[in-house]
Amino acid sequence: MARYVINRLAQAIMLLVIVSAIGFAILHLAPGGPLSQFAASAQMTQEDLDRVTKQLGLDRPLPIQYLDWFGRMLRGDWGRSYRDGEAVLSVISSHLGATLELMATATIIAVLLGCWIGVLGALRRYSLFDTLATVGAMIALSIPTFWFGLVTIYVFSVKLGWLPAGNRETVGDGSLLDLLHHLIAPALVLALVETAMWGRFMRSSMLEVINQDYIRTARAKGMPEWRILTVHALRNALLPMITVAGLQFPTLLGGALVAETVFTWPGMGRLFLDSIGYRDYPVVMGILMFSATMVLIGSLLADIFYAVVDPRIRVG
Amino acid sequence: MADDTGKFGVGAPHLGIPNRRQFFQLGAGAAAGWTVSGSAFAQSERPGNPPDKPRGQVIAALSQEPTVFHPLMPGIEVDQGIWWQVFSPLWYIDPDGNFIPDLAREVPTIENGGLSADGLTWKIKLRSDVKWHDGTPFTADDVKFSLELINNPDFRARSRVGHSLVKDIKIVAPDEIHWRMEAAYSPYMSILGALTFIVPKHILEKLSDPNASPFHNAPVGTGPFRWGERVPGDHIQLNAHTGYHGKGPYVERVVFKYIPDLTVLYTQFRTGQVDYTGLQGILPNFVQEAKTLKGRKIFVSSTSSVEHIAPNLEFGGLADRTVREALYLAINKQAIIDALNYGLPTLTESFVPQQAWSFQQGLPQHKYDPAKANALLDAAGWVRGSGGVREKGGVKLEFTNSTTSGNAVREQTQQLLIQDWRAIGAAMRVNNMPAAVIWGDFWQQSKFNSVIVGVNFMLGSDPDVTPRFGSGATPAKGGRGYNTYQYRSPEADRLLAEGAKQFDLAQRKTTYGDLQKLIRNDLAILPLFQGFIAEGVKEGLQGFRPNINMSINCWNIREWYWA
Repeated sequence: MARYVINRLAQAIMLLVIVSAIGFAILHLAPGGPLSQFAASAQMTQEDLDRVTKQLGLDRPLPIQYLDWFGRMLRGDWGRSYRDGEAVLSVISSHLGATLELMATATIIAVLLGCWIGVLGALRRYSLFDTLATVGAMIALSIPTFWFGLVTIYVFSVKLGWLPAGNRETVGDGSLLDLLHHLIAPALVLALVETAMWGRFMRSSMLEVINQDYIRTARAKGMPEWRILTVHALRNALLPMITVAGLQFPTLLGGALVAETVFTWPGMGRLFLDSIGYRDYPVVMGILMFSATMVLIGSLLADIFYAVVDPRIRVG
Repeated sequence: MADDTGKFGVGAPHLGIPNRRQFFQLGAGAAAGWTVSGSAFAQSERPGNPPDKPRGQVIAALSQEPTVFHPLMPGIEVDQGIWWQVFSPLWYIDPDGNFIPDLAREVPTIENGGLSADGLTWKIKLRSDVKWHDGTPFTADDVKFSLELINNPDFRARSRVGHSLVKDIKIVAPDEIHWRMEAAYSPYMSILGALTFIVPKHILEKLSDPNASPFHNAPVGTGPFRWGERVPGDHIQLNAHTGYHGKGPYVERVVFKYIPDLTVLYTQFRTGQVDYTGLQGILPNFVQEAKTLKGRKIFVSSTSSVEHIAPNLEFGGLADRTVREALYLAINKQAIIDALNYGLPTLTESFVPQQAWSFQQGLPQHKYDPAKANALLDAAGWVRGSGGVREKGGVKLEFTNSTTSGNAVREQTQQLLIQDWRAIGAAMRVNNMPAAVIWGDFWQQSKFNSVIVGVNFMLGSDPDVTPRFGSGATPAKGGRGYNTYQYRSPEADRLLAEGAKQFDLAQRKTTYGDLQKLIRNDLAILPLFQGFIAEGVKEGLQGFRPNINMSINCWNIREWYWA
């Protein structure tokens, strides 16, 4: 088991190095730069821009810039944002809480609701509920998150006035109730696609399990149906979902990026978009490395956990 | 619900041309201002008096996030929203174009002895009752330090235009400072007034690296509001500085809320979550509806930005003045204004805003006349070739036009231009790019054929456009400036040199008037319209005054209060 974990860890580190090199190259080779935003300023001349470029070290060859950045990153110095001069790790951590809050809430909603819909759909295959759940999932997967967010705002904020049209809290309030009030809409919007995916995966996983021989045997032995479902079927059906959970992180992060924009949620997704727009290289690279690390950790944990519960994986 | 819009329409009354004495009484010596008709209504609407002590809060929504809080470092317009609240300049420019003393006791003029007749010696008397937010007294040392910091080679200063001419700074007394200018430079009055904030010596002098310190994210100033807190990506809170030396502040807190999407920003204004919609305001397509909202006031005001087609004057057919004239004649400008911009902008023929004292009346007016455009091209020998595209001497009349991708109105404008220009045998192709790309080397190094862009050509309220139209200001030719059009004219250079050393308003008006005629005649740019911004304010919030001399209309939140 230890050897398996070490192997997977070594692969993950190699992947991170590759991601950093490709990310750095793509970002820096893309036209434009962090000073473009000042070019239209009534004050800054090309000479000023050149001076600032030199002061920031952006005039050095790209490999030198990369090695410099990589070396500093290994020492724990992720650089400073070109926009506000803050340390990158501090910039990321200041946005991380909001994103985790949103993603965690959406995941809880999606897992609970998705699993329930999936299990019920599998047990009542081709029933009205199952058909509605299938159609609903198709619609949810097809609706652009951005559009759904705007419709939610229009209906629940503009027309009904039930929910705030955005933001994480009311300035000067910040009570738990206020936070929850602001969280409802973005979390539901982000959870929509996730719920559909969990529902579909859970349905097929459950279907596969309930048709297995051991379920039939359990029934033949006269075991109560609730026990068959919870102890035997559900436990085994949830096993493949470990992988799904591990791989859901990038999708969730992508969805959060959109939801954060629509609901003016001060999280990492919006920070990433802003930073790309401003070509704030240190922050973009910081988020890229952070996200890649999270994805790899998620995938690694899923693999390890799977290997723990299913020893055949370790051997393979 | 008010729907007056403060639209500073064409023909808005101007300040008459004051004589030399009046000019310097205005505190100029360098430049004066312009009348902003829209500001009057905001003042006249003000009922009652502001409260005795700060009360309530204002939530101001901005579509870009302020991130640069050191006011002498490279920043964008939205950062100025913070700078105006936290810091103070020596003097500022009010909506009517007057220089109003702030940290200075009076604005230097030749009459009051603040300026020498040749414009080379400046003597500034300062207020002695000003304190920094941490309680330290403000003195002439701070002014000297600020000017020297800008010229410090290790400091990442935004710009040294004008400042680099300042020499031999002498502190005569804690409340008086003198300096000598290496050369007379009249726009410096405006640069000091609208673009230069004074920073605290006692905090910044201790730094080993002037480019990074806690000050950059928790600035200390002498302005009406002190730094509160910043939640990155969300908001910045400033608290009233009760020891402020000027008028106000009248609200306890101002919160700058960052809402990047303009539709979302408008929705939050509509649902009452924000009190004011600042940069970039309300999208034109929402303006009519916004005017019908209960409990909201909408202000549409002109800005100094001139939306224009920027030709690369050294590219293909665009180098030919006749071609530019034909292209200009073939643009249906009215359709662009009415159909795409909901009739909100103002037609213009100049790079100078129409409210400015320096605006030249009577420039040739654009007329949509495709027939004349065709005749001009025929006469100049541009013959229609294959596909209906004209050519002359092996040069085809075809070019690309670029603008910021995602800017829907500009993209629609391009479609109209393609259609208009096809009718006269000119082929235009679209080549749009994201902002971070187009305004980099592509624009700076004149790699474009033509671009649709909005530019504020003014330095504060000063019409000196040497960096924009001077022959030596083309970066692609190693010049210092942003003459990306590659415009070259000995006559323009002469006028620019003359205007920058003139200290008499009437003379300057003539000089810059001649320059506007020249630029219009040469069609160095093809003006589309003078820019505008639609901003919303909750009813009951008083004191909002659009100021065309500033980059941002929330410059005076110190004067805002709830009625």
